[in-house]
Amino acid sequence: MLNLPLSKTKTHAAVPLRILNDAMTAPSHPASASPNAAPSAPLSSDQGAKAEASLLRAEGISKRFGERTVLDGVSFAVEPGQIVTLIGPNGAGKTTLVRIALGLIDADSGHIQRRPGLRLGYMPQALHIDPTLPLTVRRFLALAQRRAAASSDEKPEARETQTSIDDTLAQLKVSHLADAQIGGLSGGELQRVLLARALLRKPHLLVLDEPAQGVDIAGQAELYALIDSIADSQGCGVLMISHDLHLVMSSTDEVICLNHHVCCHGKPESVSTDPAYLSLFGAGATDSLAVYTHHHTHEHDIHGNVVGDVTAEDGDTESHSHEGCPH
Amino acid sequence: MALLTTDFILYALAAGLALALVAGPLGSFIVWRRMAYFGDTLAHSALLGIAIGLLTDSNPQLSIIVSCLLFAFILTVLDKTSSVSTDTLLGILAHSSLALGIVVLALADSVRVNLEAYLFGALLTISTQDLLWVLGVAVLVGIVLYRWWDEFIAATVHPDIAAVEGSNVDRLNSLLVLLIALTIAVSMKIVGVLLITSLLIIPAASARLLAATPEQMALRASLIGCAAVVVGLFVAFAIDVPVGPSIVVCAAALFLLLSAFKRA
Repeated sequence: MLNLPLSKTKTHAAVPLRILNDAMTAPSHPASASPNAAPSAPLSSDQGAKAEASLLRAEGISKRFGERTVLDGVSFAVEPGQIVTLIGPNGAGKTTLVRIALGLIDADSGHIQRRPGLRLGYMPQALHIDPTLPLTVRRFLALAQRRAAASSDEKPEARETQTSIDDTLAQLKVSHLADAQIGGLSGGELQRVLLARALLRKPHLLVLDEPAQGVDIAGQAELYALIDSIADSQGCGVLMISHDLHLVMSSTDEVICLNHHVCCHGKPESVSTDPAYLSLFGAGATDSLAVYTHHHTHEHDIHGNVVGDVTAEDGDTESHSHEGCPH
Repeated sequence: MALLTTDFILYALAAGLALALVAGPLGSFIVWRRMAYFGDTLAHSALLGIAIGLLTDSNPQLSIIVSCLLFAFILTVLDKTSSVSTDTLLGILAHSSLALGIVVLALADSVRVNLEAYLFGALLTISTQDLLWVLGVAVLVGIVLYRWWDEFIAATVHPDIAAVEGSNVDRLNSLLVLLIALTIAVSMKIVGVLLITSLLIIPAASARLLAATPEQMALRASLIGCAAVVVGLFVAFAIDVPVGPSIVVCAAALFLLLSAFKRA
């Protein structure tokens, strides 16, 4: 288990890269060592440009499905230890972007650069287990550590696997579900089990597609806090899709507002009470909850998934008059 | 038990049990992945393979295998490219290839074949060579499934997670289709093209009632399949009915019994 010496704060992204890099190349994460760097001490202490490699870098990603342009020249990066949140209306291309980033589908143009040896943990939007497939939580989680999943040199012994499954379940407070059938879990329980599967890989980058889906309101904040503390204790970067803007803002380093293209992106510490932002996301997003400057010259329909009465005042479907977009 | 001293009974038993053993796990995958219709289509198309094999005077077992693999490939490609929904596509192919196979067989005056044997199986007439084919394929399927078991399970449970974790899901899917095609090809003599799918899915569906993990389901499906083969053979002899249908009826009876018990 990797315990980072640094604590996660709003200024996390600004923490000197040396610390982050040292943490990410600690012995327990051998695969995270930089691609072509000799694993010698002098090199890793003398941080060169290679050590600052982003976990994931997307450049100019475009994707069409038939006549529909889903993504148009999208670029972003996830740095080590950073939590990046993708927000945007339904159909904005968030899931498509994440699937391209994971290598599950190919982009039409642009390219994805993953740090060599990058271990990914992926929590998909929904999990449908065919009712004909009997599967206990424990068996499901054990799949995370099968041959292909475990990196070559650290295939865990059976007992070790068992312990880490138990540990991870305990960490997520779902130990009691170990022998339950996956098909019988509630929404919130299932999300935690999926998160456990992703975490068991000891990922360098955790990719979460609407992690709080199907979780009740009280459980959502708790789940996000959990993700935050886990990312912190494991030292992994997080790329997350969320509709629950007001809930994730406080634990996010970088927010990317996506609607086929990157409308805007920013750091939550540059808190703002931008009128455009407020009109888009409602008054509930103010107060101590982090808000970032949001220079919208156009409005997007959020389909009621964010807060309060957004759809009521912003009911028109996505108007694609993007002439004033401040990219 | 003078019955068991005869060679052909032993052959039938050995072939039937070997098939039932691999049909457990393989049939479970067919059930989990909802591929029953796919298996059925492959089996139906195998008759066309038999017809072509007889016309070209090639090894019948080989021509069945080649045609099964070919059809599996065609189905996979069509499924990805066709605008018709999968079940419609399978329905068209299954029955048109079966019909075509029968037509071709009927047209070939030079060869008189026992069509019924291919449609419903002729377990009691299998040759040593047939038996070796079944055993060989059973061992091969068993080894591949055992070797990549977790991979197959992971790709079945959630292909995307498996892919992100490092599995080559496309290759695993193709491999599974290959195993199914091979198994169907060699089990033609045992239960026939019309009944093969049932031998794959009925034991698996029965085992679902008794299982908490995929492994339990696969193993118990094998055991249930073996029981159906043994009882089916015995019943076929006792009341003088065709062996293939008798085995399938026994499997179905076991399924009904287990369902009733489960509900009670």
